[in-house]
Amino acid sequence: MLRILGKVQRIGIITESLSPWDEPALSQVGEQLKAAVGRRFRGSLAIRQVDAGSCNGCELEIQALNNPYYGIERFGVHFVASPRHADMLLVTGPVSRHMEEALRRVHAATPDPKLVIAVGNCGATGGEFGVSYASAGAVSNVVPVDAVITGCPPTPLDLMRGILEAIDARKAGRVSATR
Amino acid sequence: MRRFDWLDPFLGRLVAEDVAVRELPACSGLAPARVIGVDADDWGKLGQAARHWGCRWVGCWGDDIGEHFHLYSCFEKDRGYLLARTAVRRLTPILPSHTPYFAAADRAERHLQDLFGVAFGDHPDARRWIRHQAWKDSEYPLRKDFPLAGHPQPQTPADNHYKFLFAQGSGVCEIPVGPVHASIIEPGHFRFQAVGETVLHLEQRLGYVHKGTEKLAEGRDATGLARLAARVSGDSTVAHSWAACMAMEKAAALEVPARALALRAILAERERIANHLGDIGAICSDVSFSFAFYQFSRLRELWQRVNLAAFGHRLLMDCIVPGGVATDLTTEAIVAQHEQIRTFRPQLARLMDILNTSPTVEDRLIGTGKLSPELAAEFGALGYVGRASGIDLDVRRDSPYAPYDALTIPVPVHRSGDVAARVRVRAEEIGNSFVLIENLLDKLVAGPTHAPWVPPAGNVTGLGVVEGWRGETLAFVRFGDDGRIARYYPRDPSMINWPLLELLIHENIVPDFPVCNKSVNGSYSGNDL
Repeated sequence: MLRILGKVQRIGIITESLSPWDEPALSQVGEQLKAAVGRRFRGSLAIRQVDAGSCNGCELEIQALNNPYYGIERFGVHFVASPRHADMLLVTGPVSRHMEEALRRVHAATPDPKLVIAVGNCGATGGEFGVSYASAGAVSNVVPVDAVITGCPPTPLDLMRGILEAIDARKAGRVSATR
Repeated sequence: MRRFDWLDPFLGRLVAEDVAVRELPACSGLAPARVIGVDADDWGKLGQAARHWGCRWVGCWGDDIGEHFHLYSCFEKDRGYLLARTAVRRLTPILPSHTPYFAAADRAERHLQDLFGVAFGDHPDARRWIRHQAWKDSEYPLRKDFPLAGHPQPQTPADNHYKFLFAQGSGVCEIPVGPVHASIIEPGHFRFQAVGETVLHLEQRLGYVHKGTEKLAEGRDATGLARLAARVSGDSTVAHSWAACMAMEKAAALEVPARALALRAILAERERIANHLGDIGAICSDVSFSFAFYQFSRLRELWQRVNLAAFGHRLLMDCIVPGGVATDLTTEAIVAQHEQIRTFRPQLARLMDILNTSPTVEDRLIGTGKLSPELAAEFGALGYVGRASGIDLDVRRDSPYAPYDALTIPVPVHRSGDVAARVRVRAEEIGNSFVLIENLLDKLVAGPTHAPWVPPAGNVTGLGVVEGWRGETLAFVRFGDDGRIARYYPRDPSMINWPLLELLIHENIVPDFPVCNKSVNGSYSGNDL
């Protein structure tokens, strides 16, 4: 136990010290995100992530949001296990036809008002996989989408920026809240 | 023992059983694998003999060449790969099954049945596998007369009628899980039958992320195939793009420059370390040891940042291209990698020491999810799953390809087969890969990083086999007369390892499923294609 505490103490809180990588963008985006989540979601934004056919690349970068460098929970954003608890769906694609119905059901199970973000080039446009006998392509071909975050895969910082933009877009009334 | 010492007596036995077997002329694209031709009627006898001879079943795939389908089965024994090929008529594609002799062939043959319409007469399980409801049972997407667009319905319905094994008895309850899982992972369905907390039986239903990868490859040029291969499984992007490029380069008889090969190996070792770091952390998270989860995810993040600085991509996607690699290393990038390994080594040692002496972690990992060496051998378990259950196999050492043929590859092998053993193997592999990267960086030769790609003339095939972080990763390609891809089949190690999860979960408790699953970490996308 002492060794664990020792290690914890030695490493310290690395979420704040990004100097070796010089990423002021992270804390800046993070603070904006926190403010937006505070205003729009009473300080707590619940996200349900849905892999609707991804190669798993996007999932690795979404998982990274929970590592101590990004620590997205400190901005009031957390991932939940059920769509019924979610304010936002983060959907990666392309939507395989075998996942189509599951995605529709997850979408239906998410209470309104909800935000849907299509993540990655495949989620945004179908990407490398496009539309075929097995793939329905972009997430928007299956459920209504409010925003997209492109990249193959998008970096954790891209993801944070995209989530922020989606919240801001809703605030500006560009997104129907009852879809 | 020399590599193919067993082949002549093996072929002799087949001949003695009246099997018309012939060794096909050496094809440079498939070498060093040896290739034999067998009549379709004798396909079952081949499987039986291969089993009797102690071969390992590696994979099987098909290829529509017009009037006939070519069917390939790949076996391995004493580090030599044997590729058996047969032809079935398009109008009557019936073939004896290898599943009665090799349990590992089960799903791969059903994959062929669903996508090519090949009927395996004596297959013990007639259910579909990769097909859900996206195409009809009378349609076969990998036949050349099936259009890529297919004939989809406006909305694909749910797959409600798959016949799961049904358990009866008082106190038996059924727990369906997925396809959408509770955490940020890929989709698939698990059907548990449990008594209280104890798992009686687990059945997997995969295929949810079938994206038509094999069909999509047809007609692509080499660069396009490399891009697609890099997305077969996003966590194994280096392994699959290397295997695919190796297959194409062998088919086209293209010599890859030494510097490019060394850089590919650095990429592969970096991918191995990134995934092992992430998974050891996730395994700890699944037993609520969040301290280690944060420590390992911290290391993984730092590792990925050096990936970005050195190679331009955090997951190393599209770094391997036909003929070589897309980026070169600068002096700063070489120094940064050395420096990172120097600082990571003591940190990893300290963390593993904490892990290995924490009673709470020990209690959850030791004895959990045990895969016996016998079962592992029976299925031909691959990668760290096999090596934690006594399977001493590593393509980098056993069927070495450049630059590994000039390096010493230590292969950690343990026999207890539990989650703890899989963690141990992976931690030791991280240490070994540190040394490999250091050696590769130190000996990096000057020179070009890629050779210009020249499409091969005519109908040629190629086979690439590499040791990805999950284990032996295969790619088969055939070029058409136009120099474009006519057929691509990637065999991810998950194809072999997935069924082992069904076995090793027996008699464990349901709450230990996540940690067992993570310790195997099969790829859904790599399996479903």
